[in-house]
Amino acid sequence: MSAAALRPALRKQFIAPVASIARSLNTSATTHMASTTNPSPPDNTPAMKEPMYKTFEIYRWNPDTPAEKPTLQEYKVDLNACGPMILDALIKIKNEMDPTLTFRRSCREGICGSCAMNIEGGNTLACLARIDRNVSKPVKIYPLPNMHIVKDLVPDLTNFYKQYKSIEPYLKQKTGPPEGKENLQSIEDRKKLDGLYECILCACCSTSCPSYWWNQDEYLGPAVLMQAYRWMADSRDQFGRERRDKLQDKYSIYRCHTIMNCAKTCPKGLNPGKAIAQIKKDMAFD
Amino acid sequence: MAGAARRSGLQQDVINLYRSCFRAARQKPLANRPHFYTFIRQQFRQHNLRKNDFATIEYMLRRGKRQLETYSSSSIQDVHL
Repeated sequence: MSAAALRPALRKQFIAPVASIARSLNTSATTHMASTTNPSPPDNTPAMKEPMYKTFEIYRWNPDTPAEKPTLQEYKVDLNACGPMILDALIKIKNEMDPTLTFRRSCREGICGSCAMNIEGGNTLACLARIDRNVSKPVKIYPLPNMHIVKDLVPDLTNFYKQYKSIEPYLKQKTGPPEGKENLQSIEDRKKLDGLYECILCACCSTSCPSYWWNQDEYLGPAVLMQAYRWMADSRDQFGRERRDKLQDKYSIYRCHTIMNCAKTCPKGLNPGKAIAQIKKDMAFD
Repeated sequence: MAGAARRSGLQQDVINLYRSCFRAARQKPLANRPHFYTFIRQQFRQHNLRKNDFATIEYMLRRGKRQLETYSSSSIQDVHL
């Protein structure tokens, strides 16, 4: 390729940023007055919107000063200079106002489950919760309820993960697949896993369950029980009965009183309550 | 322990944790034990808590237990302050 052919492309690349700077500077009144003699094409960037300040009240607690009580700290965020989701606002606060604000986040699209927190009284993912455009009311943000707090909005999920580990969330077989073959599954059998496998273990459901609040150490909680059922329902798993036998005690599963907060709060729209009911039914028929 | 004031459950928990910390330190190599002893004492004394500040004491207990779990593992041989 010749140098002449490259040049226009290069020029475009260098000019583009300069042009955008000029456009942003054009918003001041004096430049507009100067341009009356030289009529330029109409400016198609929207004018800067009026700032729209919304109050965020965020739970703060610092483990380095454990004797200080947790507080709600207020932040005012301009919604017109911020993304639409609560997580965008939190990131903006952390970047621009208070770098000590602590929260978990990763994918910002509802697939990792890191940013689970209690927003306006309901457990949800900050990245999936829209900011209410009504600026007269503040948004209150707390960590997941009834969990031990590591710092600010970060709950201690050690126990939750331990419980998840205890249900052995992996394929277990007595007789492996035929030599050199993969495990086959019919379309109907695969369909049984829909509504179960999508769980991202954000712990929103477990921490919304009053039964789980009071019996965290013994009751497994909706999220973990739904995963337990996911492996019982899998046609390739051969330990369904053993898995059920393990839950056969007063606490592990029977602390579920079908309160159904889990299904109501699930940010992925799943129904752990139904999965638990299925386990109970299967246990009754075993 | 006749004559001594009755301890509350929480006080007993703290004392139990203190003792189990020292018990764990006694599993470490002889030369490094003093390091563990000073470390444990420092961890217990660095906070000046009111004795009716239950929430904080419970939190410190949980934190202490987690710490103990970490350094009681046999792969940890020494501690530096």
